[in-house]
Amino acid sequence: MAELLYQHAEPEAVLSGTHFMDGNHAACEGAIAAGCRFAAGYPITPSTEIVERFAERAPHVGAMFIQMEDEIASSICLQGAVWGGLKAMTVTSGPGFSLMMEHTGYAAMTETPCVFVDVQRAGPSTGLPTLPAQGDMLQCRFGSHGDYEAIALCPSSVQECFDFMIEAFNLAEAYRVPVFFMMDECVGHMTEKLVIPDAREISVLGRRFTKKPPEEFLPYAPGEDLVPEMVKAGDGYRFHVTGLTHDERGYPSTTLATQRQLVVRLIEKIQRNAPKIWKWEERNLQGAEVAVISYGISARVALKAIELAKQDGIQAGLFRLITVWPFPGQRIQELATRVRAIVVPELNLRGQVANEVERAVQGRCPVVPVGHPGGGVHDPQDIFHAIKEALS
Amino acid sequence: MDKRIEIRIAGFGGQGVILMGIILGKAWALFEGKEAAMTQSFGPEARGGACSAQVVLEEGKVLYPYTTQADILVAMSQEAYNVYASSLKPEGTLLIEEELVKLEKALPALRTFAIPATRLAEEAGRRMVTNIVMLGFLTATTGIVSKDAMKQAVESSVPKGTEALNLKAFEMGYTYGLERYVAN
Repeated sequence: MAELLYQHAEPEAVLSGTHFMDGNHAACEGAIAAGCRFAAGYPITPSTEIVERFAERAPHVGAMFIQMEDEIASSICLQGAVWGGLKAMTVTSGPGFSLMMEHTGYAAMTETPCVFVDVQRAGPSTGLPTLPAQGDMLQCRFGSHGDYEAIALCPSSVQECFDFMIEAFNLAEAYRVPVFFMMDECVGHMTEKLVIPDAREISVLGRRFTKKPPEEFLPYAPGEDLVPEMVKAGDGYRFHVTGLTHDERGYPSTTLATQRQLVVRLIEKIQRNAPKIWKWEERNLQGAEVAVISYGISARVALKAIELAKQDGIQAGLFRLITVWPFPGQRIQELATRVRAIVVPELNLRGQVANEVERAVQGRCPVVPVGHPGGGVHDPQDIFHAIKEALS
Repeated sequence: MDKRIEIRIAGFGGQGVILMGIILGKAWALFEGKEAAMTQSFGPEARGGACSAQVVLEEGKVLYPYTTQADILVAMSQEAYNVYASSLKPEGTLLIEEELVKLEKALPALRTFAIPATRLAEEAGRRMVTNIVMLGFLTATTGIVSKDAMKQAVESSVPKGTEALNLKAFEMGYTYGLERYVAN
């Protein structure tokens, strides 16, 4: 099994220091610090600043940006760059993300480590380009056909756009999956203080290249953690990348046994390693009667509601999902035994994450979704009323 | 919670409203060493649409980044004033571009500071620096951020080569504020 090789970020690529910057720019800097040296995209509001900045920074850090003809091309172009040895991302928003679904599945099937950034805006269709939503949370989980597991992270501050973008690239390399960096328009366009540390304090995971000689190498033979080792084009190894069901040699195979072995592994490599992937933040949950579970910008709006609840004599705490997929169901199940109710505010109307919370809670306590059509954030009063209602 | 100051700056696209928010937040967060969050709202058009920046200034981390009732409203257009005047706190401070905003008499008496910022910017050399004149004026009249921090923020935020013009505009707004409101 290839060891996980962490290195420092490249000092000349890291803008160490204190900045006042928006989330989109910070996400771009995070990607560059993480070693991303290729981006392909079809710029779209509200994500444009990420690729704008990447295009500007690229010549200074030995990277390349290609503005492709559309999102379908962008989302496959970046996978070519990965197989050529680079770390790569594409950046989009809802309408573009919809077009990319074919290739998110391709990345999952071919185990191509890469990052898809989606700065969510209100939909469906072109919806509200300049306004926020959190309506793509199931799309990043289930958007492509067939069975696979995804990793999705939701930052809720400018600092996290930087920090967790590095995490996103590291997770992509560690598990050889597409990682979905699910921002929202608010976080993308919010400007806050960003502290970029010294390059030596940033850990970047290198690619899991094989050390085996070419005659022994099987491109899809998994290691102990179920993740196979990689090679890059031109290194003298024989390999084959295909979206067809393939055996350990990478050759297409149409047997049930191969399908089962491959697809079960694609799911299990994430499920079994989930406790190592999960990240969340808990705030004031000790002794809380109500847990508010949220993510992204909604988690920050929820804090205001929690404050209102406190003024009303209700102890409420926040469980903020940072990793939304794989879903930390176990932890939420534990939480459900300690609180009287759970409230889930999010910027979509169908409880995309609330349903998953309900599935984890299995009736241990009431789960109250607080939906929103997108196009703005919740009025904290609405979340506060849900907290009150949940207790009655 | 520590002291929290909520500021809304509103006008139309092209006036540099968002940059004003950035400069103010930056002065506080970087040059005063505290914490700030700036959010913005604008339409799809590049110029002319209604546009506003909301800045929240705190001593420690800004958890909730939106303004509910502003402590300070900077109105750079009549529409901005009409839409947002009612969201000012009763004891709030109103700053207006006096040649673009006519006040309604019906509103409760607010602390109001008025400046012909566009005209002063033209005198400084370019109408484009109206926003920086306004920031100088805000610094003098409200005293929320130090003049030094604001000047550093202006200098590090405007396009290279325009620093002198912008600092001149800042000083003009600052002096206007001092002379008209603070000195007396």
